[in-house]
Amino acid sequence: MIKLLENLDRRWIFLAMALCVSVPILVIGLTGVTFPETPTPLAEAFFAEVDRAGEANGRQANVLIALDYDPASAGELSPMSASLVNQCAQRGHRMYFISLWPVGPQMIDDSIQKVIKRFYPELVYGKDYVNLGFKAGSEQVIKVMGVDLTAEFRTDVEGTMLSEIPMMEGITSLEDFDLIAEISAGYPGSKEWVLYAATQYDIPLVSGMTGVQAPQNYPYYPTQMQGLLGAIKGAAEYEFIVNAYVRENIVRKMLVKNGIDDETSRTLASDLDQIPTWTTTAAAASMTPQAKADLIDAATGATPGEFLEGQRRMGPQLFAHLLMVLLIILGNVIFFAQRRRGGSA
Amino acid sequence: MSSSVSEPMTSAQRAIWAIVCLVIVLIVVARSFVGHGMGRVYVEPKPMDFVAEVSESADGESASTVDWKQLPPTEFAAYVAANPGTETISWVEYDQVPPRSYFAQETAGGGPIVFSWPRTIGLWLAAFFTLAIFSFLYRDNPFYKFAESVVVGVSAGYWMVVGFWDTIVPNLLQRLLPAFSKEYLTPGMELPAGGFDMVNLVFLIPLVLGLMLVCRLLPKCGWMSLWPLAFIVGTMAGLRMVSYIESDILVQTKETVIPLYVQGDNTSSTFMLVWTTIWSSLAQILLVIGVLACLVYFFFSVEHKGAVGKTARVGIWYLMITFGAAFGFTVMGRIALLAARVEFLFDDWMWLIDPMQQREFITASVGLLF
Amino acid sequence: MQILTRSIPLFITAVAGVVMILSAFFPYTSDWGKFAGQFFNILAAFAFVLGGGNLLKLHLKKISDQRPGWAYSGVVLVCFIVTLFVGLMKIGAYPNPTYPNVHFSGETQGSGSMFWWFYEYVFKPLTSTMFAMLAFYVASAAFRAFRAKNFEAILLLGTAFIVLLGRTFAGVLATGWIPPDSAFSGLRLENLSVYVMQVFNTAGTRAIMIGIALGIASTSMKIILGIDRSFLGSGD
Repeated sequence: MIKLLENLDRRWIFLAMALCVSVPILVIGLTGVTFPETPTPLAEAFFAEVDRAGEANGRQANVLIALDYDPASAGELSPMSASLVNQCAQRGHRMYFISLWPVGPQMIDDSIQKVIKRFYPELVYGKDYVNLGFKAGSEQVIKVMGVDLTAEFRTDVEGTMLSEIPMMEGITSLEDFDLIAEISAGYPGSKEWVLYAATQYDIPLVSGMTGVQAPQNYPYYPTQMQGLLGAIKGAAEYEFIVNAYVRENIVRKMLVKNGIDDETSRTLASDLDQIPTWTTTAAAASMTPQAKADLIDAATGATPGEFLEGQRRMGPQLFAHLLMVLLIILGNVIFFAQRRRGGSA
Repeated sequence: MSSSVSEPMTSAQRAIWAIVCLVIVLIVVARSFVGHGMGRVYVEPKPMDFVAEVSESADGESASTVDWKQLPPTEFAAYVAANPGTETISWVEYDQVPPRSYFAQETAGGGPIVFSWPRTIGLWLAAFFTLAIFSFLYRDNPFYKFAESVVVGVSAGYWMVVGFWDTIVPNLLQRLLPAFSKEYLTPGMELPAGGFDMVNLVFLIPLVLGLMLVCRLLPKCGWMSLWPLAFIVGTMAGLRMVSYIESDILVQTKETVIPLYVQGDNTSSTFMLVWTTIWSSLAQILLVIGVLACLVYFFFSVEHKGAVGKTARVGIWYLMITFGAAFGFTVMGRIALLAARVEFLFDDWMWLIDPMQQREFITASVGLLF
Repeated sequence: MQILTRSIPLFITAVAGVVMILSAFFPYTSDWGKFAGQFFNILAAFAFVLGGGNLLKLHLKKISDQRPGWAYSGVVLVCFIVTLFVGLMKIGAYPNPTYPNVHFSGETQGSGSMFWWFYEYVFKPLTSTMFAMLAFYVASAAFRAFRAKNFEAILLLGTAFIVLLGRTFAGVLATGWIPPDSAFSGLRLENLSVYVMQVFNTAGTRAIMIGIALGIASTSMKIILGIDRSFLGSGD
């Protein structure tokens, strides 16, 4: 057996990895069942920072969303972007999209199409969100933005001058943003935003990043980076928190719209399981049957697949991690067996 | 990447691999003919019709202005019929729609949604490229080499195009050639008073430096690229020196000078309060010890002997834990990327799964058969 | 020639570096830093042109020399030129609806253009699959190279296990029996992985970070003062 393992062709390892990833994807894809998530403090901090953006300045928040990645890392990062945009849109923040990566504008476009156009069609381009596109120059772009944003970004991605875009009024430099939310795949990315924006101008910064980068950025949390999402696990945790928040918020708004007072709406929205029962009580008598059906659907209906991407990927992640652990153990069993036989490692 | 393998394959192993490939091919073939098939893209045409509205100048002498007005298709036809000489511009944009919408339209007896050949071919090409790259896992082959060459060529072209349209046009040409840019490239820009802002002449500097940089490609003019290179290196050195000192030395040092006693946050009982206080304080102590020990390890001016040597050894332990954590996170990242590609093959191409509810239940059920 | 290839570049480096440093300390010099940054960013876009030119030169030479695999160089060149052409000419891109009469007014990467098609169906699958391949190689490397030879290696492997298991549902399954509000909840794998990251990893990475920052600061100073001239290709 040991002999067989010693000479194991690596293609069998490749096949094992392929199965560990593809079978869970098939099963989760067909059943829709995902593993439950328990958010860690870092993901909670990320959510809280986005949630309170603008409160310190007492205004609708201006959030600079920098999507510094490309399709090569989208598997890890696009769930983060989708949830970030989802939270900002639900919270009513103004979103300013930029990218320091040449392919970044496509990532911005994907997020806009996937989240804003589909789930928030009421948001208006130029008033609620704007796509400023890509600029070459890495950290020097951040440096110039710190002094004069319009010197670097003269037009949006469609060539419209910034002076003609309503939400650009009053935005002259990085200091006019209440929060920088950044999703990063490497250089330029999280580190550059910490060095040249967050530390220098004392602007709150939250960042989602690839697994390779995450350990390198932990020392910045919480002083220079107020929230950190690392790899697909961070994405899944954040997705879980945002989905719960969005559902609660939608239910609360529906209740208020149907004449239920704010206090009761908040209490009900915080415990969604009781909504179906509550709609049968006298307290819900003022609601029409259609409104009740919509409310129950909002409270207990399925979450759109777009916002479960991260949680879905935790399935293949589990089995592939177990395979990795198994492979390391097997490799060491062979190593010690060889050593006992007096062979070279 | 190397194509070497540990051992040559036996004929039995080759047979197993052949079976694996055959099973995949059979699934694809069967899937193509069952239900609604697979790998198709549907689009909804969106006509864009514009008519020119000419407004004469108030004085009657200066040139008249032309404004373009977009009209809905029905109004457009009526407008053109009523104003035969009007200048018009029309094109059709296509919005991708989920296959579910097309199936519903077919059931209802027709509609505007159509099958898109260019996007469907593109989707199959994307699947081919994905499998071509994966084929390297078996061994190096012409499909992989072809795909690799394509990615190199397309990437270089892509970056050049984006650099030109997103940076050179708005940040250089708009400043140095405002009238030309407004006329042909970016009509939305505002012309400076008098047609040209003299301050923008300063942007001749990056233009000249940029052209000197490109001179690196010419054998006899290679030295010219040293000037822009010197500028690039100088600005980066100046920028980084200050920022790294401020962020990574001063703030990080400050973050290490922290209280070693931290009151616990669990006040459910005295025991838990004491316990969480111990854990929180221990975390702070271990953090400070770790940073100092690692810094001692990096300090090579003193021989690592005695107390210094022991401290440095503790530093190595910390670094090993750091590298272990980095390895764990790296693995996590790589697997997520693989999962995304497999999802593309199963969802967009083979229609085996449908997490975004793009198709309909019957199609998903057909997927279940496999 | 010495003036052109040595003295002037060194002078440019020193001035550019000093301008950037001054702009960080004196508000009224921030505009100098802004201009230097803008120039840099335009040069960065020219660097893309240089990259493309280099690629062209390299592969043309490979084809003319008929070196092994020269046909693949042909593929590279065709893809490069076609992408460049459709992108620069905005083939199939829709104009901005406000200016429908200006062909170049629309978004280069807008959905539906040929450039977008190249991105969506060629660039995207190829680059993302290239990176996805690393999952297989990291598994193979784990099997072949990760040996618990000594205490340091055990620490590395142990941490990797904690992170690999603690960051998935396996952690919950393995140590879920420890009550979450008990004194030992810190030993649950998912909590332990957070502890490892925020204490041990932070300590180690912080020390590396301080070391690198010291290196960058001193190298930058040497470059600005003209002591380090290696970027000019002199080797001194």
